[in-house]
Amino acid sequence: MHDVKTEAMAESAWSGGGSPFAIGSKKLGMWLFIVSDTLTFSALLITYSYSRLTNPDWPRPFPIFPAIAFSTTMTVVLLASSLTMVLAVMSAQRNDRKKTVLWMVATMVGGLLFTGLHLTEWMNMIFKEQFTITGNPEGTPLFGAVFFGITGLHMTHVMIGVIYLGIVAFGFGRGKFSAEDVEVNGLYWHFVDLVWMFVFPMIYLMSVKY
Amino acid sequence: MNAEAHAAEVHGASVGTNIVVWVGLVAITGLEVFLAYEALQPTVMLSILVALSLVKAALIMSYFMHLKFEKFTLVLWIVPAMIFCICMMFIFFFPEALRLVEMRPH
Repeated sequence: MHDVKTEAMAESAWSGGGSPFAIGSKKLGMWLFIVSDTLTFSALLITYSYSRLTNPDWPRPFPIFPAIAFSTTMTVVLLASSLTMVLAVMSAQRNDRKKTVLWMVATMVGGLLFTGLHLTEWMNMIFKEQFTITGNPEGTPLFGAVFFGITGLHMTHVMIGVIYLGIVAFGFGRGKFSAEDVEVNGLYWHFVDLVWMFVFPMIYLMSVKY
Repeated sequence: MNAEAHAAEVHGASVGTNIVVWVGLVAITGLEVFLAYEALQPTVMLSILVALSLVKAALIMSYFMHLKFEKFTLVLWIVPAMIFCICMMFIFFFPEALRLVEMRPH
């Protein structure tokens, strides 16, 4: 009788037995991280918007080629990698390990391609156009700090995401990780994609060279 | 197919729906690039681009991140708190930023 009562208490929501959001603790943890990271990027982008609107001599260093062509390609690549991640999560839910690993590797390739294009663009700006964190030849010196700060933080997220994908793909392929781990990994990757959907128009498209 | 695998499969949108969402996201990106060359006022341009980005964010969160298919309490827990915090940042941003736009040398 006592055991039955204890069991019933353990299952009730007030005893901590319920799952109010109907998701696992890993997924809940990732959502918490995403909320906190959203606020970090929001603060940075709002600060950028403030600086952009209040400085009349804000540089416009992005011509259609190579900067806008490159950044648009990077956007499409990141969006494509999100689609492959969706397919990886679907395969994981069907417990199709081979296809899951394949789609996750495709997502990693997208992330690496994005990083490669981004670094190429950075090198072009730093060495060819003389843009640095502290100054540039076209206008307010603040531009460099804002541009390299925000895009650099995003690129760091992408690189961490690629490593994270590699670890989870390897573990899932060997049966060490579950479909939930792949889904949680997917949440992180889509978040990185989501942040770029704000960085691309606000940083690049607001400063195109006509 | 066992019951567990079937339940997992029906959680979320179909492949076709996800591809339609992806095409929509690429189309909005194309629209943003087109608008960038329309030489609008920075304040107007920023407002339009942020609005389009919010549409893209909603699509990504709803479909790719499965939020549309999660229990509604999770959405209520995440979205209003996030919007509230971002609005708090804007309360500090808007009055001063817009005042400085008027004050800046033309």
